[in-house]
Amino acid sequence: MASLQVSVWRGDATGGDFARYTVPARENQTVLDVISWIQREEAPDLAYRFACRVGMCGSCAMEVNGRARWTCRTHVSKVATDGVLEVRPLANLPVIRDLATDMAPFFDKWARARGTFQPKDSPDGAVPADFAVVPPESPKRQAADAGIECIGCGVCYASCDIVAWNKDYLGPAALNRAWTLVNDVRDGARADRLEAVAGDAGCHACHSTQSCTSRCPKGLDPSGAIAGLKRSIFWSVFGITR
Amino acid sequence: MSGRGLWAVQRITAMFLALAVLVHLATILVAVRGGLSAAEILARTQGNEAWLGFYASFALAAGLHGAIGLRAIAGEWLGWRGRGFDAAWLAAGLLTAALGIRAAIGLYAA
Repeated sequence: MASLQVSVWRGDATGGDFARYTVPARENQTVLDVISWIQREEAPDLAYRFACRVGMCGSCAMEVNGRARWTCRTHVSKVATDGVLEVRPLANLPVIRDLATDMAPFFDKWARARGTFQPKDSPDGAVPADFAVVPPESPKRQAADAGIECIGCGVCYASCDIVAWNKDYLGPAALNRAWTLVNDVRDGARADRLEAVAGDAGCHACHSTQSCTSRCPKGLDPSGAIAGLKRSIFWSVFGITR
Repeated sequence: MSGRGLWAVQRITAMFLALAVLVHLATILVAVRGGLSAAEILARTQGNEAWLGFYASFALAAGLHGAIGLRAIAGEWLGWRGRGFDAAWLAAGLLTAALGIRAAIGLYAA
């Protein structure tokens, strides 16, 4: 039976190295299937993370043959060259153990980018008395829709060169979230949010290299969202809301 | 000036410089290819308010644009960040611009 030669990074925050496994090759097989096989058959102590297996939860992202991907939606046949796979934990995040990274810095940056919805109608957090009517075809709603499907998998964050250079940089996912809320007409924290995402650790650090956009498994455009934030902040300097 | 203020200045100067550099290059080509002597060039620049206005704006935009760009590079490569560095870069940009404007005034008033 054909087999795959799989190198899996094993270690923790203090360091580690690749361990090599030979895994049976099957006609239909995802990278997550391969990792699960290794854990069940060869290395019960292998640490990795997954939940839904169908591209909904965003927890199984890892670096496969040099690129961050959802392992559950990546067929081995699409990425393996000559039956060889190399799997590492996501880049730009602290490793807890093996393939599991600590996502806390990633989500802390969502909070720093003011990624929480703040209802305009009820600043105290109470449920508004009536439903907000937002026409689906309005430009603001369309701009919000463009980024709303992010599930926080961290693929863009691990693919971003700027995050690698500048540890304070908020990163594509947090800025995409901020841009979604800037376009949410029900939100009341626009000015604070633009202030939070401006500057050398915010959208102005982005070089528009667009790895985030090219690697996003949902096909979102964080790079475009960051450009939108830059435009809005530009106009805000002159007191113009756009 | 805040970081976003500096960023806005850099975008605006970039828009102006995109045109101004073309005008500047065309001016050089016309002067050289046209075979103008130094005296003939001075005759055109002396007392010419439009010329002075253009080159003073050009020098101001180039000085600010260059310094703000270097500020971004120094921030990324050397970690030079913060209000102190921002003020220093703004001063460097204005000084560079002042030197250029002084040269333009020199040709205007020569």
